[in-house]
Amino acid sequence: MIKMMIKSILLFSLMSVFMFLTTGSAMGEKILKIIPHADLKNLDPIWTTAYITRNHGYMIYDTLIALDSNLKPQPQMLEKWEKSSDGMTYTFTLRDGLQWHDGKPVRSADCIASIQRWGKRDGMGQKLADFTETWTANNDKKFTLKLKEPYGLVIDSLGKISSNVPFMMPERLAKTDAFEPVPENIGSGPFVFDKDAWVPGSKIVYRKNKNYKPRSEPASYAAGGKRVHFDTVEWIYIPDPATSMNALIAGEVDFWETPAVDLVPSMEGNSDITIKVIDPLGTQGWLRPNHLNPPFNHPKARQALLHLASQETYLRAIVGDEKFWSTCGTFFMCNTPLDSDVGSEPLMNQDLEKAKQLLKEGGYNGETLILMDPTDIPVLHGASLVTAQLLRDIGAKVEVQAMDWSTLTSRRAEKKPVSEGGWNIFHTYTTGADAASPIANIGISGGCEEKAWFGWPCDNTIEQLRDDFSRESDPSKQKHIAEKLQAVAYSVVPYVNYGQWFQPVAYRSSLKGVLISPVPFFWNIKK
Amino acid sequence: MSAYIFRRIIATIPVMGVVAIFVFLLLHLTPGDPATVIAGDYASPADVERIREQLGLNEPLHVQFIEWVGRLFHGDLGTSIFSQLPVSHLIAQRIEPTIALALTTIIFAVAIAVPLGVLAAWKSGTWVDRVIMIFAVLGFSVPIFVIAYSMIWGFSIKLHWFPVQGYKSIFKDGFIPFIRHITLPTVALGFFYIALIARITRASVMEILTEDYIRTAHSKGLASKVVLLRHALKNASVPIVTIIGIGIGLLLGGVVVTESVFNIPGLGRLTVDSILRRDYPIIQGMILFFSGIYVVINLLVDISYTFLDPRIRY
Repeated sequence: MIKMMIKSILLFSLMSVFMFLTTGSAMGEKILKIIPHADLKNLDPIWTTAYITRNHGYMIYDTLIALDSNLKPQPQMLEKWEKSSDGMTYTFTLRDGLQWHDGKPVRSADCIASIQRWGKRDGMGQKLADFTETWTANNDKKFTLKLKEPYGLVIDSLGKISSNVPFMMPERLAKTDAFEPVPENIGSGPFVFDKDAWVPGSKIVYRKNKNYKPRSEPASYAAGGKRVHFDTVEWIYIPDPATSMNALIAGEVDFWETPAVDLVPSMEGNSDITIKVIDPLGTQGWLRPNHLNPPFNHPKARQALLHLASQETYLRAIVGDEKFWSTCGTFFMCNTPLDSDVGSEPLMNQDLEKAKQLLKEGGYNGETLILMDPTDIPVLHGASLVTAQLLRDIGAKVEVQAMDWSTLTSRRAEKKPVSEGGWNIFHTYTTGADAASPIANIGISGGCEEKAWFGWPCDNTIEQLRDDFSRESDPSKQKHIAEKLQAVAYSVVPYVNYGQWFQPVAYRSSLKGVLISPVPFFWNIKK
Repeated sequence: MSAYIFRRIIATIPVMGVVAIFVFLLLHLTPGDPATVIAGDYASPADVERIREQLGLNEPLHVQFIEWVGRLFHGDLGTSIFSQLPVSHLIAQRIEPTIALALTTIIFAVAIAVPLGVLAAWKSGTWVDRVIMIFAVLGFSVPIFVIAYSMIWGFSIKLHWFPVQGYKSIFKDGFIPFIRHITLPTVALGFFYIALIARITRASVMEILTEDYIRTAHSKGLASKVVLLRHALKNASVPIVTIIGIGIGLLLGGVVVTESVFNIPGLGRLTVDSILRRDYPIIQGMILFFSGIYVVINLLVDISYTFLDPRIRY
């Protein structure tokens, strides 16, 4: 009996040593470990607009055109593009050596199918599709877009940096219904998705695409050479911020995409950790009134919200540290080409008396305002509480309805009156990349119940100006149109911008080459 | 006995059926919509509607229920709305960390709690008893995350003895990485179960110690240790085993806080994540799975009574 036990213990020990040693075989592998801002729930960046899926898209797919740090579109998969003198035809030429992760070459037909699928889901893509007469493959490397009428945003649309990004996929996958996810994840980007190693809710693994041919230019935003210096990049989703911080301090991970701002001071004194804002565009907060329900169906009541808001109050409550926020009076993000303070005086000068007066003139009779508060998202929960208090300060009755974000996204689609389950206000935010132009900025649309985003602003002048903007290709004229649009928007108030903030990232100081960009990219980084 | 086991297994079918109906209705009547989560924040209402249609969420509730039950009869728990992976695959991915944590915790807790409980009963009313009971009250009262963060700070950040987070499989990564990763979560989680089991053990043993046959055993001249372990503890074991069984059930049901703090990809986090994004097939599959586990554990506990107490027969 004793002999048997000794044998068992010896056998078990040997097995343990063997298992331990066999795991050591992968130790020479260079791995970059990232804590992403969210769990990767779905894999198709055309099917969803979720930022985490967009970031996943950048790992495995590539784009024809990409934005550089001067916000100028540059060829990425393309060798070049040519525009006809009448502006009605664009010819695109693919660069040599592009191939999918399954080894097949990238062809014009693949790109056309990808653009067409993207054009069914993305706002800018739909606009481009409206102006498109035909896409034609001239040969495997060259294809042509023929427009119905001149359109100024062809290149900007194909070089769009944020959701939905026009990523290229093989034709057989790009033919998938745009409202269904693609069945495989094959791109031509710098990383290959290792589906077998994917543990949803926990870990995503990417392997270096050894066949990827980066461009020769230096990396700049999404443009330039995507040079990968690691064999593997692992995204380790850690839902708890304190654990994320501890893992970074202990060196178990290399990069934390969205450190909680209140934990930043705990890491700032640590020389092993670098805290840096890499997204120069930042994030914009939106207070969205429901334009269908009283009192915010009246422009004066919505204008009251402009006088009510104090960006500083919001930003102190939701971000705190002044170095990570700034007040900003434009709808199109400060420090971008369309930055302007036209019409922003009511927003930038809080006046509670004026707000009270306008709310009354807007027909407010003391009814209870329903404010939806997503308590599971701290920034939005904080903003909701600030708005509720400000409204109470001017004598409004407010019911703050606590819910999770998933419930809110469902409730906000309700167009019913408040008495039947409708709503008056909710808060959200958007990244600068999605707000910096009148076309990308979905919140400013005045497309009414049919076309506008939840809250349904309705204004023909806004829509006309957005259309004018899309037809114009001269940047100075675009700026002029954007200023006119902003002036109208400050009268219509599709939403109230409650401030601009800059989410820092935290990473081990041993990392070099972290790119400045509105989207976190994991090429160019060395350790 | 086998007839009893068969009857119990048959009795689980209506239980699981009621659970299935209740869970399905509760989930589908709860506000929230996976289509809106999939589509993302900037999707238009029309896009959301198209995705709902594509996912079959616009079908009448009874049609969705019949389809789901039909698949269940074929052993198919469904497919995640988000990841498009089978629910059984997702459960299989997460079950090892959960079972590992449950087993190490319960072994650790029993190994410490039962001797402490017996000692407290034996030394009832003395300072030993009071110290053990203070420890038990603390185990109940101090939130797990406080213990967990304190241990991470001390043993991981300062001493570098253990990793902060993550799980390593004993089968894929080896024994030593497994032990290094599982130790802190086991100890943090074990405090609560030590307190629970120690209190029950103390109460049960104290009750038995007042029985006539214990007095008889003492008067026959048996050593105190023999009386305590062979006569008192064995007869006090039915409630102790019951509470251990409940503990295992709770642990397998997912320990979300511990899994979150130590970033262990277990079933608890899978359930909570799925609830937050309304991934109906996973939630339904998980609750059915948990119900099955509870039924099996209860059955095993009931069977164990017959070995511990010969008077119990089925």
